[in-house]
Amino acid sequence: MEDYKALIVKPEDNVATALEAIPANKDAVVSCQGRVSTITVLDSIEFGHKFATSFIAKGSDIRKYGEVIGRASQDIDIGAHLHTHNIEGTRGRGDQVGKE
Amino acid sequence: MEKNKFWGYRRADGKVGVRNHVLILPTITCATQAARQITELVHGTVSFIHQHGCTQVGVDYEQTFRTFVGIGANPNVYGVVVLGLGCETHQAKTVAGELAKTNKPVEVVSIQDEGGTLDAIAQGSKIAARMVQEASAQTRELCDFSELIIGTECGGSDACSGLSANPAVGYVSDSIIEDGGTAILAETTELIGAEHLLAERAADDRVAQKARAVIKAMENRSLQMGVDIRTGNPTPGNRKGGLSTLEEKSLGAATKAGSTALQEVLDYAEAPTKKGLVWMDTPGQDIEQLTGMTAGGAQIVLFTTGRGTPTGSPIAPTIKISTNSALSEKMAENMDVNAGTIIEGKESIEEVGTRILNEISQVSSGKLTKAEILKQHDFGIWRIGPTF
Repeated sequence: MEDYKALIVKPEDNVATALEAIPANKDAVVSCQGRVSTITVLDSIEFGHKFATSFIAKGSDIRKYGEVIGRASQDIDIGAHLHTHNIEGTRGRGDQVGKE
Repeated sequence: MEKNKFWGYRRADGKVGVRNHVLILPTITCATQAARQITELVHGTVSFIHQHGCTQVGVDYEQTFRTFVGIGANPNVYGVVVLGLGCETHQAKTVAGELAKTNKPVEVVSIQDEGGTLDAIAQGSKIAARMVQEASAQTRELCDFSELIIGTECGGSDACSGLSANPAVGYVSDSIIEDGGTAILAETTELIGAEHLLAERAADDRVAQKARAVIKAMENRSLQMGVDIRTGNPTPGNRKGGLSTLEEKSLGAATKAGSTALQEVLDYAEAPTKKGLVWMDTPGQDIEQLTGMTAGGAQIVLFTTGRGTPTGSPIAPTIKISTNSALSEKMAENMDVNAGTIIEGKESIEEVGTRILNEISQVSSGKLTKAEILKQHDFGIWRIGPTF
């Protein structure tokens, strides 16, 4: 059986990066600083794209490189594709000026 | 080749060039076509097309002026023919006056004074031909990496950028700095979200404050536009490559800075006054960033890309480093070094970094980059004010 490889950069991250294209419903072998785990991806993940390594509630921080890269714009299940449809940036948001 | 050394051209001001260009420097858009004609006639000359140099005022005038002077002063340039029209705001003779301080050969040609385009081309070509032969008589000498200012840049990034090529450039940056050289980090826009990591590494409080200030100013410009910055950056290609937000792109971009202390934050096109890691305030736009860094004195640029870009400078060799192996194969004619082996687990960051250092030695000694071979002479100035 082929291993689909993915990488978590820092232990505190809640996303993994696909190091090759991973078809939906396949197991990804995810490594993080030498520790390896398995996560079943829910969607097909293109090379370089991300999936959630834990459930992420709407409004929560998304972490990669051990740092905040944005926040969840909806609830995100473990194994789901993470991209512009469910992550929003928090910087340079001129569209939000004067709102809230 | 000795490790971490190269064969360069020593200039009158003590600096070292890795190329020996005669630059036809048009200070105004009206002179760019005549400048291009001179490069067609005279071997060994370079120039560039741009749309600046007139009806600019204040800090915007100064920034364009600083860029023209910096490009001419770059040690990769042996001598300069400054080509003006005559009536423009950015006067050729004023730019030439500043350039003369480097003690390199500098001469001025004005289209209006010469009596038209054809006479200006003839006069410029005669001067350029003489300079090119003088330049060709200069021989290279063995130099240390301490003489180098390396520009670092990422353009057409993908999700691999922050995992492979950028950390490898960070390793190179640390190594060059350990040898006494300088590395420029830039693209302020693409450090939004990573500024706290760099500010923590600032050599003193003043540097940390300026790092935060340039980020705030850049972010405020986007806020004033009333739109989500993500509509322009990350670009469609960045997003296709897996980058979801500007912060994600920035955190990957910041890995180019390695691990040393941040010594200085420079204005656009300003020359470093310190050795080590410096941050130049430029936009993320590739060409404006590249132009700013070379105007600041970078003799060589390390440019990582995941989507693939042909970008190059008229005066500084630009080493293109692919972040993934598929790109390295697909755009082999544009790529110089492949860092995709890191993603495949075939090489470590240090191993790819060592290959890049070796490439720097070779390119600084004369090996041509792909962008040079393809005459990719890109030039663009970061304008910070309106044209009047």
